[in-house]
Amino acid sequence: MINPGPLSQIQDFGRYGQQRIGYTQGGPMDEHAFLWANRLLDNAPEAAQIEITYGGLQLRALDATMAAVTGADLGATLNGIPLAPWHSFYLAAGDTLLFNFPRKGLRSYLAVKGGLQVSPRLGSCATVMREKIGGLDGQGGKLRQGDRIPCLGQEKSQPMRVRPAYIPDYDKLLILRLIAGYQYHHFPAETLRRFFSSRYGVSQQSDRMGYRLIGAPVECSLKGIVSEGISYGAVQIPGDGQPIVLMKDRQTIGGYPKLGCIASLDAGQLAQRMPGATVCFRRVGLDEVSEERSQFNRFFGLIC
Amino acid sequence: MIRIELLTESSLIICFGEGIDPSLSLCIRQAVDAIDARFGALLTDMVPSYNSLHITFCLGRVCGPDLRTELLQLLQRLESEPVGGQVQIEHDIPVYYGTEVALDLEQVALCSGLSRKQVIALHCATPYRVYAIGFSPGFCYLGTIPEQLATPRKDTPRSRVRAGSVAIAERQTAIYPDDSPGGWQVLGRTPQPMHPADSKAPRLQVGDLVRFCAIDRREFLALGGKLD
Repeated sequence: MINPGPLSQIQDFGRYGQQRIGYTQGGPMDEHAFLWANRLLDNAPEAAQIEITYGGLQLRALDATMAAVTGADLGATLNGIPLAPWHSFYLAAGDTLLFNFPRKGLRSYLAVKGGLQVSPRLGSCATVMREKIGGLDGQGGKLRQGDRIPCLGQEKSQPMRVRPAYIPDYDKLLILRLIAGYQYHHFPAETLRRFFSSRYGVSQQSDRMGYRLIGAPVECSLKGIVSEGISYGAVQIPGDGQPIVLMKDRQTIGGYPKLGCIASLDAGQLAQRMPGATVCFRRVGLDEVSEERSQFNRFFGLIC
Repeated sequence: MIRIELLTESSLIICFGEGIDPSLSLCIRQAVDAIDARFGALLTDMVPSYNSLHITFCLGRVCGPDLRTELLQLLQRLESEPVGGQVQIEHDIPVYYGTEVALDLEQVALCSGLSRKQVIALHCATPYRVYAIGFSPGFCYLGTIPEQLATPRKDTPRSRVRAGSVAIAERQTAIYPDDSPGGWQVLGRTPQPMHPADSKAPRLQVGDLVRFCAIDRREFLALGGKLD
């Protein structure tokens, strides 16, 4: 690692079964891009990768391997030559890979054949800085200058690419599909009308825990609820009425009222939005998104 | 009485009752064990809380509506079975309530119409039950605090609350085991390590009792407390 940039982390598909003692799920903010990177290399779907947020990362290959880059276009170059995302390529020993700054999207995924060889903590190497768990050091540290990340050396093989039809446009207006939750009826009809007809901006205070949105305040007749477990993609409404969408590193339990949850695949698209980007909401039925998610899981060979 | 609500493609919540009720904690504890034994292979996570149990499941192995039906049957069978007794363990936690660390004590005193001293005395008066562990590793939700102290969460959560902070929200109280964002009203700070990864931290379990003991600045510093 020559330069890790502001936020580059080891992520596998997440830490499961530990929420009851308070450890969050973790894992890739954009599951779609992450899973494509592993698929391009014929890796197991959960194989560990580097999640590069904002760019600024520079690394040198010490061993040859097939690699893949998906997700955001961070103006990557391989030995100074532009490297478009969404395909696999051969990384020879001595090659330099550089990620500049965001051009489209926010998070890029760098996978290598066979996955990064990082020891799991509580069943996963997903990095959660706040919980001081996972990552290369096992202590939740982000990647640092001088780190050597173990890979399985590999022969050259046929490069693969993702068909353009499967590549999302991270610049377009994002419509977040909301599955109404059981507290939905505590929000006045007028508030809901305004919520669904308004556009919300992504706040600067958005991170791997949650995306804070700025826009028409959402009123709720509930001031707080007895704290309960929180799903991925939950839309919670704190007292100031500004929605927060809970993401991969969310707290496991919370007491703000919730409108419901956004479709899990939409949460991944939200993760590619920079502060200042615009989103809006529309309602969706649970059956519709469950079917979509089942197909997605089957396509990528995911059981969960 | 027991309700199951589907939340997302792969999660649901079981609502056991309303409000905060110690008898619900025992039902939930029993349900966690029974569900784990019967459906463990279908589930990825369970988060018990005061009156609910949040469950994440493998969409490739079971769909939400089918799991809901199966869970309802299991829970109905459980309701007809008696709940066993349990041993009470009480933990004493020292707390420094000084102005340097008690960021919201003044606000809570104002809201409740009590003096700072009265707020502190009330907060220490009774032991609290561990109703849930979550939000962050080792974060224990404790209840129930006296009604006079009940204060809503902050309208805008703080982006960082310091480790060891002892705080309240509504009728709940808790200790932040680590630096973390949070919306609770901070009354003081304990010098006691609380993170489960720290070998000196008490092993708090759901159902245990916790009692807060006020200490002064000198004791706080002597016990390793930090004022920043």
